[in-house]
Amino acid sequence: MWRLKAFLKRVGVLAATLIGASLLIFLAMNVLPGDPAEVLLGMNASPEAIASLRAEMGLDRSLPLQFADFVGRALVGDFGVSATYGVPVIDLLAERASVSVPLAVLSVVLSVMFALPAGLYAATRRGRPADRAVEIGAQVGLSIPNVWLGLMLVFVFAVTLKIAPAGGFPGWGAGVLPALGALLLPAVSLAAPQAAILTRIVRAAVAEAMDEDYVALARAKGLSHAQAVRRHALANAWSPIVTIIGLQFGFLVAGAIVIETVFSLPGLGRLLFQGVAQRDLAVVQGVVLVLVATVIVVNSLCDAVADWRDPRRRAAIPPLASP
Amino acid sequence: MKRFAFVAAFILTAVAVSAPSSAQPQSDRLILAMALEPPHLDPTAGAAGAIDEILYANVFEGLTRVLANGAVAPALATSWTIAEDDLSATFMLREGVTFHDGSPFNAEVAKFALDRARADGAENAQPQLFAAIEDVVVDGPLQLTIRLSRPDGDLPYALAWGDAVMVHPDSAEANKQTPVGTGPFKFERWRRGDRVVLVRSDTYWGEKPALNTVEFAFIADPTVALAALLAGDVHAFPTFPTPESLPILEANTDYTVSIGTTEGETILAINSRKAPFDDIRVRRAISAAIDRQAVIDGAMYGTATPIGAHVPPHDPGYIDVTAVNAYDPSKAMALLEEAQVADLSVEIALPPPAYARRSGEIIAAQLREVGIDASVRPVEWAEWLSKVFRGKEFDLTIVAHTEPADVGIYARPDYYFATKDQVLKDALAALETEGDPNARMELLKTVQTRMADDAVNAFLFQLPKIGVWDARLTGLWQNAPLQANDVTGVSWSE
Amino acid sequence: MRLWWSALVLAVLLIGALVAAFWTPHAIDGVAIANRFASPSRQFPLGTDQYGRDTLSMLMAGGATSLGVAAAATIIGVGAGSVLGLMGVAFGGLGDGAVMRISDVVFAFPALIVAALLATAFGPGSINAVIAIGIFNIPVFARLSAASARRYFQLEFADAARLAGKSEVRIAAEHVAPNIAPIIATQAATQFAVAILAEAGLSYVGLGAQPPQVSWGRMLAESQTLVPIAPQLAIWPGIAITISVFAVTAFGETLRVRLDPRRTFEA
Repeated sequence: MWRLKAFLKRVGVLAATLIGASLLIFLAMNVLPGDPAEVLLGMNASPEAIASLRAEMGLDRSLPLQFADFVGRALVGDFGVSATYGVPVIDLLAERASVSVPLAVLSVVLSVMFALPAGLYAATRRGRPADRAVEIGAQVGLSIPNVWLGLMLVFVFAVTLKIAPAGGFPGWGAGVLPALGALLLPAVSLAAPQAAILTRIVRAAVAEAMDEDYVALARAKGLSHAQAVRRHALANAWSPIVTIIGLQFGFLVAGAIVIETVFSLPGLGRLLFQGVAQRDLAVVQGVVLVLVATVIVVNSLCDAVADWRDPRRRAAIPPLASP
Repeated sequence: MKRFAFVAAFILTAVAVSAPSSAQPQSDRLILAMALEPPHLDPTAGAAGAIDEILYANVFEGLTRVLANGAVAPALATSWTIAEDDLSATFMLREGVTFHDGSPFNAEVAKFALDRARADGAENAQPQLFAAIEDVVVDGPLQLTIRLSRPDGDLPYALAWGDAVMVHPDSAEANKQTPVGTGPFKFERWRRGDRVVLVRSDTYWGEKPALNTVEFAFIADPTVALAALLAGDVHAFPTFPTPESLPILEANTDYTVSIGTTEGETILAINSRKAPFDDIRVRRAISAAIDRQAVIDGAMYGTATPIGAHVPPHDPGYIDVTAVNAYDPSKAMALLEEAQVADLSVEIALPPPAYARRSGEIIAAQLREVGIDASVRPVEWAEWLSKVFRGKEFDLTIVAHTEPADVGIYARPDYYFATKDQVLKDALAALETEGDPNARMELLKTVQTRMADDAVNAFLFQLPKIGVWDARLTGLWQNAPLQANDVTGVSWSE
Repeated sequence: MRLWWSALVLAVLLIGALVAAFWTPHAIDGVAIANRFASPSRQFPLGTDQYGRDTLSMLMAGGATSLGVAAAATIIGVGAGSVLGLMGVAFGGLGDGAVMRISDVVFAFPALIVAALLATAFGPGSINAVIAIGIFNIPVFARLSAASARRYFQLEFADAARLAGKSEVRIAAEHVAPNIAPIIATQAATQFAVAILAEAGLSYVGLGAQPPQVSWGRMLAESQTLVPIAPQLAIWPGIAITISVFAVTAFGETLRVRLDPRRTFEA
């Protein structure tokens, strides 16, 4: 009963957030200078042509009407038609998500795969030079702007060594491997700060667990030190990792927007910028809604998972962060 | 242990996928890069140059067309005759032409396409092209007469624009998403944000192109542009965005670097409706304060040619009037003093292209040198169009006017910049209807002299067409008589 | 040790930025095309950029913008966030719940998306970057101050103050706030570092500082096409950002350990 109530509460919060968010976005989009119809037709167009295009795009209706229309349609997955591309926004979102979602997943996977061994290694060598090196490495990873890292990676791996594409996306139609290859450098740039944060979290969690009695107990039972650490201490690290991934997801989304620009990837972030520059209201509203909703859903999901793994965990982990 | 095996597998996969990135070019496939993606694919319904850069001559053809050297040539019309009274023109249409969906092309279709383009409220971005057309009459299946309300010496040229290409009544409405034309290539697919793919059409009436597949990839980021070329991800960048990268490419024999001409006169437009810019001395002072060569070196890395009026240096009627408003800071200061404008502060609105943003920073510094308090304000195109271009709320702005043969804009009373010079206005009006080539030449000379003399705008430089491509490619356009990437004659050589 | 060097680096950066707000070794609003891409010399210690401007002066001026924007955004977050969080707890029940719910909502908007919306509405600029990063910081501090403040309201001294007739708001201001200040201060250091990175990202994609204003992110964006011919122009701002973030974070970490020895979770 309690669970159902908590679940309904989460859903309610989600719905309220989305409506509030869409209202904010909608208002922001409607006080801006510039007319999408004008942008499309350019310098020599006649006023009549612009007016007829405005009517065609539904820009001549009242604001509340446009907003009500937008919310109603969004509920059934209809985000309107892109003013610039002339196709349904939902199609654009689906097309772009096929780049952004794998990019986000790949960078989370990469950062966890780096953080687990690195954090474990540091925790088992606490206070020694190796530990210090990992810590400084993590600190540097957190301090480097990922835009800059992306640029440097392009010039080393794409331009100088020519072993990776410089940017762009061949599409999943070109095969899984070329597509993954195009996402590799962007994912690495995006994963670097996440990996740094997670490394420190893993190190702290494992170190904490190793001080607990049960690890000593496990060793006393005849498990080797390494086994004891793997079985017990590492298990202890999963909950904070999941929590941090949840908390960091907003940053991942924001970082992806920038990184997609650096690597010319046709993802949701690029779509957002194109929408902003072209005053494509429907596209900007759609992208922001989808991104914000994703952040909220992933946040809640990670929170729920971490709760389930470790109900005691409420050790208020502050949102360590990178943008 | 499993985990580490997984890590190893992943790293191996990563190495494997990243290895074959720059594949050898296939002899019938071309990947051509563009900085901007078009909003849609109908050249008759939008101003974006990127539309023509994909579709002109490749997918869509007009009654006439523009060749690489700028000349007008027959396309879907094989010939035409102008009537004695200059008030009508009769076009003979090509036989056996079909659209990519199999629909035949004939005079009825041509009439439909022209009427659609020039209708009131049409989305066409260049209504002035059709302004002189009274009506279009079908004389026979392959013969068409265009009746004019006034003589229009430029009609065959106007019909060669991308905005006047032939579209079929059955497919016209869907052209924005799935363009159907009569050209040697047909539309295959458009992955938005990434690329448009064209393939050779088997039903083309003319000579078949050497290429089978042409991909137009959109690379907005200038850094990626260079990296993608060097990495072999794209074969050609016909309009390369970063002149500063050219030394690297020129030093590399794998690439051809071609610096050609465009129709883009880049100007510092002056709002002479507004005081104190209505004072000719202030406008002349602004012009004299600008060191064009420093702007060209700083913003374009020396790749552009200075201009003194709104006519490109490769135009047969061009005369060099750059000396009229030569760089002379002391003259600028004297003029400002004479006009009694102390503490003049101006704002330069800068649209997004790099040529504008970079020139703007340099010009602002040069204006400050002569005591004008100049600041820059970057704007997006949407704001530039609504505030600067239509609203005329600006002091100065930098923009390249890329339409060919566009001196006529100086005669428009409601344009965003304007002139009060009566001699200039008269010459422009005469140019509109004058058919005799020699007389046109003389008028164009007057136009240029008066433009410079009146300092309508500060004329900066002719935008270059910087093309970079794989040295094994032949047949790409060197110059840009209009914004297009005609790939029909492109092939790989060994 | 770490406290000292990080504090020293931080002081140098802040003083450099402060000085640059009024004075730079060379003017940064003039151009000298003939002298562009100059190598380091006595006159130009780090050489000149693509317009012939002194790179050191540009870095200083860029630092003034980048650090200024980051500092302002952090102050907004600390000010509004801590007050909201404290007040929420002070009023308890509904108040606490409301502040936390709103925080959850706002936390779902990454600074970059707020900046994109602001830029769409009002055009891009440093002020909008400050607001965007500041808005994103508010829930961070609201959550943290509420989480840390809750237990203080249940301690004996709070009860004593209540008996003395003090209102919850006064207890929050007089007794709770001083106790949570160290935690807020250490988090402020972290968020300041985050804000420096955020400003760089925003300016890089064109949503932050606009010409003629200089910022490290904009220097990165403008120099990236020059990497093959003048790599130093991209490397300097990258190093400046990295060093700043590194020093600020190190300073914050040291503070965290010094001020709150119980919190060993991340130390």
